[in-house]
Amino acid sequence: MLPVRIIPCLDVRDGRVVKGVKFRGLRDQGDPAELARAYEEQGADEVVVLDVTATTEARGTRLDTVAAVRARLSVPLTVGGGIGGIEDAAALLEAGADKVAVNTAALRRPELLSELAARFGSQCVVVSIDALGHGGAPGGDGGYEVVVRSGTERVARDAIAWAREAVDRGAGEILLTSIDRDGTRSGYELTLLRAVRSVVGVPIVASGGADTPAHMADAVGAGADAVLAASIFHQGNWTVEGVKEALARLGVAVRSGYREEVSA
Amino acid sequence: MREDAPTVTVVRTSTANLASVLTGFERLGCRVRTTADPHKVTRAGRLVLPGVGAFAAARRAIDAHDLADALRDRLDRGRPTLGICLGMQLMASGSEEAPGVPGLGVLDCVAGNYKSGEEGWRVPQMGWNLVAPDEGCEIVPRGYAYFANSYRLTTAPDGWHPVWCEYAGRFLAAVERGPVVGCQFHPELSGDYGRALLTRWLEA
Repeated sequence: MLPVRIIPCLDVRDGRVVKGVKFRGLRDQGDPAELARAYEEQGADEVVVLDVTATTEARGTRLDTVAAVRARLSVPLTVGGGIGGIEDAAALLEAGADKVAVNTAALRRPELLSELAARFGSQCVVVSIDALGHGGAPGGDGGYEVVVRSGTERVARDAIAWAREAVDRGAGEILLTSIDRDGTRSGYELTLLRAVRSVVGVPIVASGGADTPAHMADAVGAGADAVLAASIFHQGNWTVEGVKEALARLGVAVRSGYREEVSA
Repeated sequence: MREDAPTVTVVRTSTANLASVLTGFERLGCRVRTTADPHKVTRAGRLVLPGVGAFAAARRAIDAHDLADALRDRLDRGRPTLGICLGMQLMASGSEEAPGVPGLGVLDCVAGNYKSGEEGWRVPQMGWNLVAPDEGCEIVPRGYAYFANSYRLTTAPDGWHPVWCEYAGRFLAAVERGPVVGCQFHPELSGDYGRALLTRWLEA
C-alpha cells in the first residue's frame, strides 16, 4: 500500500470556492488558486477541483480556473464537473488538469470511459460516483443507488454495479461520494466503501462526511486509498499537516515532506 | 525572467498533458517552448519527452512527426534529455502494453504491467512512493515522488544508474546516464521533491 493520499476538494462555482451541506446552501470559501497553493504547502498529496454548477456558459470560466490553479500547484490536479465528452476532457487536460473526473456523461454513455482511457490512459480517467443509501438507514444493507445533478436526480442504477462496470470500461480511479454524508461531518460511509472495494482493484478516493482524522483512518480500513475533504480544511478546523500527524499516530502511513539531504 | 534563464524544449505529442510540465519549468524560471519538429528536437539544449496515455498512441505520434531518429540520436550522444512516465518507457525497446510496437531502444528492457489481483496492490499505481537512488546517481534524490502508472520497467539496463522503488515487487523508478534521465514518476507533480530533481537536471 502507498501512503494514504490526503486530498482537499475545492468545489468551485463561477471561479470561487464554495461549500454547502449535501450540495445545498453554498457559501463562499475563497480563491481556488490561493487555496490550492496553501494546501500544497500544508502537505496535500493532490487537489480536486469540482465545478459544482457547471453549465455550458460556465465552461470558459472553468478553464480559466484550472489554468490559474495549475500555475500555482505542483502536485496532481483532478478536475470534474460538467464533462460532456472527449473534447471537454481534452480542453481541461490542456488547461492543466492531470486527471478528469466524469460523472453524468459516463452514466448516459458508458463508452465515454473507454474512449477517454484509449486516448489519455486509464490513470487519467476518474469515474465520479455519487451514491445514496436506500432501503433503510444509510449504512444499512439496503444497497446504494447512483444519483446525479448534485444529488437531486435519481438514475435507477445500483452504485456497486456501476462502479464495477466503470472500471471494466477503463476508469483508473473511483471518486466515491456518499450523498448521505456530504458536508455532515459524521464520517465516511464505510459500508459503501467496503462494498465498492470488494468489486474493484483500482484506487478509491473516499468522499463525503469527513470531520476527523479518525474518520479518515476508518475509511482507509474500509478500503480507501485516498481521502477527500473540504469543509474541515476550508473552515480551518484542520490543516493537512495536522491531519497527517494525527493519522501517523493512528498507525496510518502518510507521505512526509521532502527535505534536501545534505551530504556530510 | 533572467537573461540567462535556461530554455527547456518539450516534445508536443497529442497524448501528453503539457500544462503541468510547462508550468513546472516556468516556476523554476525557465523559458519553455514546445515542438514536434525533428530539427528542433536535435538542436534543443534541454529536451523533455513527456508522456501520458497509451504506448502505441505515443509511438504513432513520434512516427507521425518523424522524431524517432532525432530522439534516439540525442539520447545516445548524452544530450540533456528528460523522459517522464510514458516518456521513460518509450526509451525502452518495447512494452507489454503494445506487443510488436517498438520503443526507441535506448534502454535494453521491456515495460511490463503490474500483476493485478495481488493483495493490496491497486492498479494503476496512483500516489506517492519512496524512491531510492543507487550509488552513482547524481540527479534523482531520495524521497517521495508521485506515480500514476500501470506499466513499469524492472531490470536495470547496462550503463545506466538505477533508482529503485517497491510496488508489488521492485521496479525502476528512474534511470540516469549523465544528463539523460528517465523517470517513471512525475517530477512536475511531485511538489518540493520534484522541484529539487528538476533543478539538479537543469544544472547537469
